[in-house]
Amino acid sequence: MSEPAIELKGISKAFGPVQANKDISIRVMPGTIHGIIGENGAGKSTLMSILYGFYKADKGEIYIAGTKTSIPDSQAAIAAGIGMVFQHFKLVQNFTVLENVILGAEDGALLGPSLTKARKELTALAAEYELNVDPDAVIQDIGVGMQQRVEILKALYRQADILILDEPTGVLTPAEADQLFRILHRLKDEGKTIILITHKLREIMEATDTVSVMRRGEMTATVKTSETSPEHLAELMVGRKVLLRVDKKPAQPGEKVLEVENLKVVDSKGVVRVKGISFEVRAGEILGIAGVAGNGQSELLEVLGGMRTGTGTIRVNGQEIDLSGKHSDARSRRERGIAHVPEDRQREGLIMDFKAWENIAFGYHDDVKYQSGLLMNNTAIRKDAEGKIERFDVRPANCDLEAKSFSGGNQQKIVLAREIERDPDLLLVGQPTRGVDIGAIEFIHQQIVALRDKGKAILLVSVELEEILSLSDRVAVIFDGQLMGERLPAETDEKELGLMMAGMTSEPDGPVHKAVEAQLAHVHGKAP
Amino acid sequence: MEQLPKWADLVVVPLVGLIMAFVLSMLMVLVTGHDPIQALKLMVSGALGSTYGWGYTLYYATNFIFTGLAVAVAFHASLFNIGGEGQAAIGGLGVALVCLFIPWPHWTIALLAASASAAVFGALWALIPAYLQAKRGSHIVITTIMFNFIAASLLNYVLVNQLRPRGSMDPATAKFPEATHLPSLGDMLGAVGIPFAKGTPANVSLFVALAACVFVYYLIWRTRLGYQLRAFGKSQPAAVYAGINPVKITIITMMISGALAGLMAINNVMGEAERLILGSVEGAGFIGIAVALMGRSHPIGILFAALLFGALYQGGAELGLWTSIPRELVIVIQALVILFTGALDNMVRLMVAKVLIRPKRAEA
Repeated sequence: MSEPAIELKGISKAFGPVQANKDISIRVMPGTIHGIIGENGAGKSTLMSILYGFYKADKGEIYIAGTKTSIPDSQAAIAAGIGMVFQHFKLVQNFTVLENVILGAEDGALLGPSLTKARKELTALAAEYELNVDPDAVIQDIGVGMQQRVEILKALYRQADILILDEPTGVLTPAEADQLFRILHRLKDEGKTIILITHKLREIMEATDTVSVMRRGEMTATVKTSETSPEHLAELMVGRKVLLRVDKKPAQPGEKVLEVENLKVVDSKGVVRVKGISFEVRAGEILGIAGVAGNGQSELLEVLGGMRTGTGTIRVNGQEIDLSGKHSDARSRRERGIAHVPEDRQREGLIMDFKAWENIAFGYHDDVKYQSGLLMNNTAIRKDAEGKIERFDVRPANCDLEAKSFSGGNQQKIVLAREIERDPDLLLVGQPTRGVDIGAIEFIHQQIVALRDKGKAILLVSVELEEILSLSDRVAVIFDGQLMGERLPAETDEKELGLMMAGMTSEPDGPVHKAVEAQLAHVHGKAP
Repeated sequence: MEQLPKWADLVVVPLVGLIMAFVLSMLMVLVTGHDPIQALKLMVSGALGSTYGWGYTLYYATNFIFTGLAVAVAFHASLFNIGGEGQAAIGGLGVALVCLFIPWPHWTIALLAASASAAVFGALWALIPAYLQAKRGSHIVITTIMFNFIAASLLNYVLVNQLRPRGSMDPATAKFPEATHLPSLGDMLGAVGIPFAKGTPANVSLFVALAACVFVYYLIWRTRLGYQLRAFGKSQPAAVYAGINPVKITIITMMISGALAGLMAINNVMGEAERLILGSVEGAGFIGIAVALMGRSHPIGILFAALLFGALYQGGAELGLWTSIPRELVIVIQALVILFTGALDNMVRLMVAKVLIRPKRAEA
């Protein structure tokens, strides 16, 4: 058997009292796709940062193709043939593809020769790996899927044999993700070694040959993908059995709670983000809005939550709400029985430097029961917070910790406790489980369904299709600020929604449409 | 980076910074050919060694408490009010108008009215930059600093052309009437039998400053406004999410900040000079920034930081008086203290963290 492409022996790394990586050993064979899966904070990124020279391991050795290698910085990693594609692309927005590819790898003071060389190289790479990108396109004009290809090309241009991809599908549509995996398989066939870091079980099952599971800084198992199951992997990740599907009864929709008619939102740059959409949500049901990030769903939530202005008509319980006037703020919305779990809990939903109990009053600080005369009644707030934190199983159950000291899942529980226990008529939920560990996802989903069963209306926005499909009673798909249609979860699947998310019915000649057509041909070819 | 324990952050870090500033200062004294130990002794005894020294130290400290609180309140809303200098100057105008043109029966009522007037004038002077920031996005650092110059020019005009008594060559108002003279600390302590040097400028305003500390504490940590202001300062998107109006918070915060800076005038204009002169603020508005930084924007921290800077001012003056150490060197010493406790705060914190956290890890 050949030498492993990468072998890590006994890697340990601590940040203060936190042991991010504990004695981790792993062998990645050449020409394979090796998945690394684990919850947030399990230590996946730390391990990869050590491999890419961002951190120095406290202990342990790295072998590249059998040779002991020290990687003090990313230059050394590149020299060792390691390429990294980050979750957040490191591209210069107003440079062309070609300029981005040579950035940092220029051959001399003059750009001309490098650009010519890179152009030739890029054409060769494109042919070899089916990585077609227009070298003269400017980054900000191309889609995220293309941008990701540029990142891959950057690594290949630097002669990378080992490619590390950190959560590569977070920003992609299902179709784009499929394309990415086709590219990865192609790369693998050409002898490249690929490490895929993800928290999505489906991707691991579909794309990898072997998978390593991390939990709390330790490598708990390395198994052949063909010999495992999603349930088994989830159990290895969390350390206990996890319910992957949401257990819920059929919805019993009642009166209309939210009616949206011809809603338009223009952002501060004058771009129309929401282009006249209409829908309704009834009491006792969950309407899921599916879509790729950046297609207007954030703006939709923000208008409903009173964080920005819009035009059109929105009625809550039959009464119109103010969309652009004096009462178009979040405070007025709360008074009308709308609670809002925002998409970005760290930027919006919580004050990270405030203690947990202070955050429980956040947004509801005007509540009379939190006041005593001129001052705020901190005792009352704290008492309220203690109850909420207990009922929502926030860990550690310590009101005096600052919000930033909690894990993503527990931060989200604080926000949910605050919003759900207000007993709102309408709950707006954005990305309820982004950055939340699997164990907490289960709990959060249960809470949302429980609120629905109490006869409340819920509008769910998520970029996780799986989540939309398992939680929603109805699914609407948003693309480019417009609703592409509505489906019942039982009568649709990820493939159909994925096509709608890519705007199947719009722009007959646009690049998106062409990609979709290719995808359609692919689908039809498979299922005649 | 690991977090320092609170006590280390609040006490050790400023203290280490202070010591470093003094060591460097003493080296400077040595280089200029003087005895650093004697200079240090002179400074300390000059500022704190006699009730006379305390009378000046406390007077300066009173100024710095007001301006330090002003900066701190704005800091909590992440607004950087550099305009304390101008707001205090305009506050002085408010005091002068009230004292000169209204006949007061007793200093207590005059003090109340003058305080209100100083606060309102200071607040209004801060209102314009606040409005420009909130509504137009003009950066508050730029506008407040420009308003310092406008305040200085305005005061120049008012003093030379309007309030200067006929025949006087001095760009200053007339002396305030007797009834508005505030009792000095010496008078007050003397009355209760505590011997304290007479003729020093510390006066009853010190107690107003202490009351302002209590007020700011409650405002920031116990009221709804303070809650909103702190939330706004930590995260503006979150504030919008919570239904906090950014325009309103910016304007109200800056007006409170301006009012506190303006209040300083009851100490220097009403309490000490007993008339309004040009340049009466003497840089206290800027010292307030250092005081707020060093005091971690907390009233208790500000109290101690203001005392320190008060002592530095007074000690520096003594040094200039009794030695041939040039007056400029005193300013250098003050600057070093500001540098180490304010600007180089993080450097000192890193050093303290290394010393404090290393051994802990070895234990584990």
